[in-house]
Amino acid sequence: MSGLVQAFSSWVIPALLLLVPGVALLRGVRVYEVFCEGAREGLETAFRILPYLVAMFVAVGVFRASHGLDAVLGLLRPAAERLGLPAEVLPLAILRPLSGSGSLGVLAELLKEHGPDSLVGLIASTMQGSTETTFYVLTVYFGAVGVVKARHSVAVGLLGDLAGFIASVAAVRWLLG
Amino acid sequence: MNLIWTAILAVSVLLAFLQGADGATAVTQGVVKGAEDAVVFAFGLIGALAFWSGMLKVAEASGITNAVARALSPLVRLLFPSIPPGHPASASVLMAITVNMLGLGNAATPLGLKAMEDLADLNGRRDEASDAMCTFLAVSTSGVTLIPSTVIAVRAAAGSAQPAAVVVTTLLATLAGTAAAVAADRLFQLRRWRP
Repeated sequence: MSGLVQAFSSWVIPALLLLVPGVALLRGVRVYEVFCEGAREGLETAFRILPYLVAMFVAVGVFRASHGLDAVLGLLRPAAERLGLPAEVLPLAILRPLSGSGSLGVLAELLKEHGPDSLVGLIASTMQGSTETTFYVLTVYFGAVGVVKARHSVAVGLLGDLAGFIASVAAVRWLLG
Repeated sequence: MNLIWTAILAVSVLLAFLQGADGATAVTQGVVKGAEDAVVFAFGLIGALAFWSGMLKVAEASGITNAVARALSPLVRLLFPSIPPGHPASASVLMAITVNMLGLGNAATPLGLKAMEDLADLNGRRDEASDAMCTFLAVSTSGVTLIPSTVIAVRAAAGSAQPAAVVVTTLLATLAGTAAAVAADRLFQLRRWRP
């Protein structure tokens, strides 16, 4: 089943490459010109989100450099243990919403230290895979359209991450533990 | 965002102060490194962003986008009641979520941004997020994943006997996370809560 899904998702992009320009050409669209026009808009978007990316990457960089992450870890350890999150995966849980590449690095370290098929390794893998880098998505998506009042989105994003983490532990203990 | 950003910086500087001179150097390096990382990241994104924006423009001009929107409009009406039927936003929102689910990382951001553009048109380009934007962000930040391809690759590289063993647990966890986020978003919208 998972092999089937994987095969399907690896052919989605090649299929789009065939279908979209093909259908467009048959319908009389000036495919090449329209594509380039859209690509130019994409370029503008990339530059529009750059200030927001700098703001977020600097905040995360400074926070990590000042050992802020370690301080938060110390504060949260008791609460995490009560929720059933093993202490080893706590750094991953804190970093996951902030930095995609950073949390992937932590996952790689955890897998090396505890083994990819250990309980910690399985929980960490599930946590990494089951959610997005919340602050990156918020910054870039809102930044691209100039929204500064995010309303409840930050709270909702973090709540979703927390629910996903608890569910990761539960699912691994239940199915693989 | 104003408060969170300032607070992260202030807490970091305060913590650095407790560490003396080393702290000051570390924070300054953090600024330089963070700013550089942001530009490197954005440059890495430019190619994919330009390509997928171009493809989307072609899909739009040929009517494919509209056809997809019409076919899946009941689902959109359920999740995003504020998007009028047949509006381009319903198609772009759906495509962004679909690509996200398939784990096609570098295609997801451009499609997500296109969806945000369409939602911003509906919102009158105001600086406050609309209900539909908040719901879309709730789904996007929790990231429904069918196949966690990156994690499987990292597990294989770490010498796992079964790299794909976490596919089912990831699916369960991602569904729980997304369900919680969407439910919380609904509750906040009912109360029109503003932080």
